[in-house]
Amino acid sequence: MWEIIEANKRKSFFLLIGMGFCLITLGYALGEAFFPPEGGILGIALASSIWFIMSLVSFFSGDQILLSVSRAKEVTREIHPQLFNIVEEMKIAAHLPAMPRIFIMDEEAPNAFATGRKPERSAVAVTTGLLSRLNRDELQGVIAHEMSHILNRDILFMTLAGIMLGSIVLISDTFLRVRIRSSGSSPRYRARSSGSGQAQAIMFLVALLLLILAPIAARLLYFALSRRREYLADASGARLTRYPEGLASALQKIADSVVELPTANRVTAPMYIVNPFGARSMGFSGFLSTHPPVRERIQILRSMAGGASYASYQNAFASVMGRHVPIIPPSGLKDAGEISVRKPSVEEAKKQDAKSKARGLGDLTRVLNQFAFLTCVCGLRIKVPPDFKQPKIVCPKCLTSLQNPFQGRVQGGENLPQEYVRQSHNWESFSCRCGKLIQLSPAFSGSNVECTNCGQKILIENALAVPS
Amino acid sequence: MGIGLWMVLAVVAILVLWVIGLYNGLVGARNQVRNSWSQIDVQLKRRHDLIPNLIETVKGYVQHERGTLENLTQARSQAMNATTVGDKARAEAQLSGALGRLLAVVENYPDLKANTNFLSLQEELSSTENRIAFARQNYNDQVLSYNNKIQMFPSNVIATSFHFKAEEYFELEDQAQKEVPKVKFS
Repeated sequence: MWEIIEANKRKSFFLLIGMGFCLITLGYALGEAFFPPEGGILGIALASSIWFIMSLVSFFSGDQILLSVSRAKEVTREIHPQLFNIVEEMKIAAHLPAMPRIFIMDEEAPNAFATGRKPERSAVAVTTGLLSRLNRDELQGVIAHEMSHILNRDILFMTLAGIMLGSIVLISDTFLRVRIRSSGSSPRYRARSSGSGQAQAIMFLVALLLLILAPIAARLLYFALSRRREYLADASGARLTRYPEGLASALQKIADSVVELPTANRVTAPMYIVNPFGARSMGFSGFLSTHPPVRERIQILRSMAGGASYASYQNAFASVMGRHVPIIPPSGLKDAGEISVRKPSVEEAKKQDAKSKARGLGDLTRVLNQFAFLTCVCGLRIKVPPDFKQPKIVCPKCLTSLQNPFQGRVQGGENLPQEYVRQSHNWESFSCRCGKLIQLSPAFSGSNVECTNCGQKILIENALAVPS
Repeated sequence: MGIGLWMVLAVVAILVLWVIGLYNGLVGARNQVRNSWSQIDVQLKRRHDLIPNLIETVKGYVQHERGTLENLTQARSQAMNATTVGDKARAEAQLSGALGRLLAVVENYPDLKANTNFLSLQEELSSTENRIAFARQNYNDQVLSYNNKIQMFPSNVIATSFHFKAEEYFELEDQAQKEVPKVKFS
């Protein structure tokens, strides 16, 4: 496990140097061709400063940008206890130093991504579509895959490499456009005497060639490594959970979905567990894809023949693809003995019917959008939109006047402990004294919650009597 | 001073640095093992804390199963008092067994199975079982790499002279499978 991280770091370092070399050569050639005679240095300076600024931005706020672009909302434990449990299980298995923050995206398309440049400060985001489709083992597989990205420092690497690629593409795009517009009639170039003009003409051709080739080369390199990292995260995911089938069947369900993720774009696509433009990119040739074909990933996971070690994955890869590609660094194959696969966890026998599952998902969506829930004395559940400002709500069924949960329902005064009495086994909402809306999920079983805004502890009493 | 003396000094210095490196590597590995052990402890404690809650929820429904509940309480207090790795593994296996028996009994009480409080406890319990399994998996991985360091040349020389001792694996599942029925959440 840990040897792989080291091998990965070294490899990433060399790749970044390679791409950096590409960038500097491009800058130099452009400078020499367009601004002779001292343009080379200028070109390098320009190219590297573009890269430097982009890197700084992505290094310090890349995760925030990604999370807000994909409209992910941070959730607390009360909102989805099972998701929190699964993430914490995988945190323990992966021996991560800190618990990742958890985000949910209100999207029908099932998908997930992880972000954060170091394991101490990471985040995992899943869509509501994913939560509604997968069972516990499958969700665990997906989270394990994402944890592996965090553990293997893939996110830092992919961000840095992506920025490098972005800079190269940006520079060559700009210059190609400029060249086409001025259609080869550079006054500086024509003013030169024939002697140095010849040398410059060669330089010019080289620059033109580089302008076309550098982005392609960088892209191929980037995509190849991105694909390899997906395989590696699959392998680590299987090893962490000891259950490759969970991830395999999750990938199957994600691939079977025809819904597209509207919030994903070309820049964020490599971050997701499965390419979010699944249907559109089917015709794409493998070389220009950031993700390996899902069908192959599933097949490899299912051919691991009762093992969960890196060696099993490597063997399965070789037998499925018919060629030997070292996905796992050799140091990772030294696992002592074979790691056997665990049994599937028996799913809760209560077969949730489609209707109640759909309702659960609808409620989760409302929670993400800051709706409040109110259970009337007659049993009717009322969903209150966040912009509802009246202090009282009249139940449409029994006409009882109820207090708006946004106006506060917590009992207890300044010095007394705050207390809330639970009325039902559904979602319930109430406001803390500071005005922050607190949501209790149906699965909530604790005796108190802490307000995320002011830190106040609120006792939760259960009004529903347990037979004695 | 001759060049020879300098070279001897340089070789000695390199040797000392190398020994320090090996020693620090061993200490680091041992600390990882201890850290992983405390992770297991945290999760075991979590399980011990959940059991009174479970008994409280269940006892209103399953009046005829007093024996099963008493067994569980007893297994819990035994597990909480165990100290060594081996004792703990045995006591925890007992506890898993008692827990499994209670959850098997619950199958006969549809009212209880529909109780939301019980359902969320069930999720917490199965998550705790998973956490214990994953913490154990991680602990055993760390023990393996530490024990390898102790037994392999050249670090074994340092290990014996500074009294680094091999650590015990935490084998919970195998024992549980031998002695008691498997915990099933259904």
